Amino acid sequence: MALRRGKTIILDSKPRIVSFASAVGKKENEGPLGEEFDEIYEDTTMGEDSWEKAESLYLKAAITKAISKSELQKSDIDVICSGDLLNQCIGSSFGIKDFELPFCGVYGACSTMALSLCMTSMMIETGAFCNCIAATSSHFCSAEKQFRKPLEYGGQRPPSAQWTVTGAGAVVLGKEGGKSVCIDKIHLGTIQDLGILDSNNMGAAMAPAAKKTIADFLSDTGTKPSDYDAIFTGDLGSVGSELLLELMLKEEGIDLGSVHKDCGLMIYDREAQDVHAGGSGCGCSGSVLCSHILSGLHSGKYSNILFIATGALMSTVSSLQGQSIPGIAHLVNFKRGCNE
Amino acid sequence: MSISNEEYGRMAKRASPNSPVVKDCIKAFLFGGTICAFAEGLNTAFGYTDMSMEESKALTMVILIAITAILTAIGIFDNIAKHAGAGTMVPITGFANSIVSAALEFQTEGRILGTAAQMFTIAGPVIVFGCSAAAVYGFIIYFFGLY
Repeated sequence: MALRRGKTIILDSKPRIVSFASAVGKKENEGPLGEEFDEIYEDTTMGEDSWEKAESLYLKAAITKAISKSELQKSDIDVICSGDLLNQCIGSSFGIKDFELPFCGVYGACSTMALSLCMTSMMIETGAFCNCIAATSSHFCSAEKQFRKPLEYGGQRPPSAQWTVTGAGAVVLGKEGGKSVCIDKIHLGTIQDLGILDSNNMGAAMAPAAKKTIADFLSDTGTKPSDYDAIFTGDLGSVGSELLLELMLKEEGIDLGSVHKDCGLMIYDREAQDVHAGGSGCGCSGSVLCSHILSGLHSGKYSNILFIATGALMSTVSSLQGQSIPGIAHLVNFKRGCNE
Repeated sequence: MSISNEEYGRMAKRASPNSPVVKDCIKAFLFGGTICAFAEGLNTAFGYTDMSMEESKALTMVILIAITAILTAIGIFDNIAKHAGAGTMVPITGFANSIVSAALEFQTEGRILGTAAQMFTIAGPVIVFGCSAAAVYGFIIYFFGLY
């Protein structure tokens, strides 16, 4: 039976990472992590006539690859838990419908990878599920279309703006199997809103939520940053990362500097690829987790890490109505050596 | 201790890099100036034909709109505008681009409810306020007999 310490849930079943896969587009492949992704689709239309359909195919590709890497059959999967940025999560529902598997749709904006991992971990903890898939996707073009301006619109992006990652990540989580990497603890975040109104400055809107989740988790578990090989945030970018470190030091007296990494800063070469403050989107933390981070855990590069995917929970309606941007951050603590 | 929204707002402002205003202004001036000089050149050239002043002005605008529409459709305009900023947005090129880009973007939702309904999502306010301003100035001129 899982234990609760404050807001942190210590899982008894230690859900195993059976397999994982990522599928990304051209720009992500050209970035520093290019060689670590499983599936590369240079044509970001995926041969479809709409960006929304293309996004669904990225998700489908990541899930298909994750299943094929797992030595499981499709019929062994009990549920797929997934979400994305598009209205009514159509990226996920249309990408998953052909699998004919139970589907649990979740929305956590860019924090969806951690949220879907939290949900599937708890499903395995109940004992009623053996193999679950946690997944997410985003697409630069479908996100621009929904949240900003048409693709060919001639506008300028401010330096604090981030670039939505075209890509998807999928993890097969199981009661057993895999190479001894497991989820030890999960922590569902609390919404934080410090009044940021600028939807071109998501990093600033999400940093307080990341700070709150990390600080609560460290206090619940009585651990300190140096106990972890790395603390990965989802997509705070350069502005949000700077603010997270500053808030953490100012409010909690904790220095994250030596262990903090941000998926949004890892996935692109910010200067050369002209992405301003870094990468963002569900697919940012999703594809980096399902390549660099989990590979690092499998190879032994990391043995105990925190993965905190961050999300901005606003919509185009709430922004137009002048409401500030609420941030959220969910945490997953991965460990290596669970079979020992 | 937890910080207030105001204090966090100041922190966020400090952490967010500003746009390079001087560089942006110089680029906007050069691009915008080039577009306007090109249009003026066209207008002057048409002056040597037997077109009236009104006709040559209209033809100049049509040519600028056509060039913008083509550059938008082949995906070049936004790459120029990224550098030009207000230089391409303020002349009629910006207006044309806002309509063509929206029309292209929403064609996947069909010709009527996609392209036709959505093509004015960005340009719509410009048309509304442009017409409103014209009406207001019209009234002022009519009632106060400025001419």
